[in-house]
Amino acid sequence: MGLFTELKDSISRVTDRLFSEQEPKRIGIYGPPNAGKTTLANRIARDWTGDAIGAESHIPHETRRARRKEDVQIERNGKSVTIDIVDTPGVTTKVDYEEFTDEMEHDDAIRRSREATEGVAEAMHWLREDVDGVIYVLDSAEDPITQVNTMLIGIIESRDLPVLIFANKIDLDDSSVKRIEDAFPQHKTIPLSAKEGDNMDEVYDNIAEYFG
Amino acid sequence: MPKATNADDSDGSDGVQIDLISGERMENMATMEKIRMILDGVHDGNIVILEEGLSPDEESRLIEVTMSEISPDEFNGIEIETYPKSKANDSSLLGRIMGNDESTAKLTVIGPANQIETLHKDETLISALVSRD
Repeated sequence: MGLFTELKDSISRVTDRLFSEQEPKRIGIYGPPNAGKTTLANRIARDWTGDAIGAESHIPHETRRARRKEDVQIERNGKSVTIDIVDTPGVTTKVDYEEFTDEMEHDDAIRRSREATEGVAEAMHWLREDVDGVIYVLDSAEDPITQVNTMLIGIIESRDLPVLIFANKIDLDDSSVKRIEDAFPQHKTIPLSAKEGDNMDEVYDNIAEYFG
Repeated sequence: MPKATNADDSDGSDGVQIDLISGERMENMATMEKIRMILDGVHDGNIVILEEGLSPDEESRLIEVTMSEISPDEFNGIEIETYPKSKANDSSLLGRIMGNDESTAKLTVIGPANQIETLHKDETLISALVSRD
């Protein structure tokens, strides 16, 4: 690509942003604990901004505060879409600090459980008030028909928010994308492995199409 | 109106109190009144069964209030079960505009997380094991 063309494209992107009628849409990444939400948020942020959003862990409730990465500009098929990504704590109806005592000291486990409950409440508040669209992340090696998933999808639908379902962890042997497609046939399901970076082209195509 | 759930009324035996709450009793209650009634019952160790369940917004607030009341060694939260949505139901915006939306009427079982365990759930059956703390 010549220097002139690059310069023209660059100016075009800037003017597109300047004269865009809409602010970047806030896309909330939701799902149960340990579905891979932060791994996905980090993958998207690193691919398009070079920065990560937050720490990842196999211990549930690693993310205990909603975190926003602003102005993530995704370019697909010659077009550019800009979104804010909101990585949210995993939603649950129960938190037992004893879940964490194998991994940490008693006091740390209690602190983690307290922060986790605050994080879930915060995630619910964001969902009601502050997001324009949702990426719902599920671990495709787990049964998707749980009460939390059913309730959250119902809440998202009741607010008429556009939603994409991401069937994460397709690198695992027990993964079944079909199980998720069958559970939520009313929504588009996209398979991926955020950890391995598998199928990210389709992920970005769909983000641009749905939320652009 | 009598209180829906009151552990003090029981004789303190080893049983588990189950409150079956009709849609009629819920219909004129505000969201927070419903949530308070449910959580007060659950805090007392009761199983609360709602004939017509909660709306999605009320479910969202129930989760939020539940989280604020979790306390180590005292209250771990709730287990809540409803029938999963039938695939035949149309929940699209058009469907709702056309009046095809399934109502929020769906039998809902709520109990203390440490006392109720779901054994099986499908679109027509919820099977749960309830223990006494």
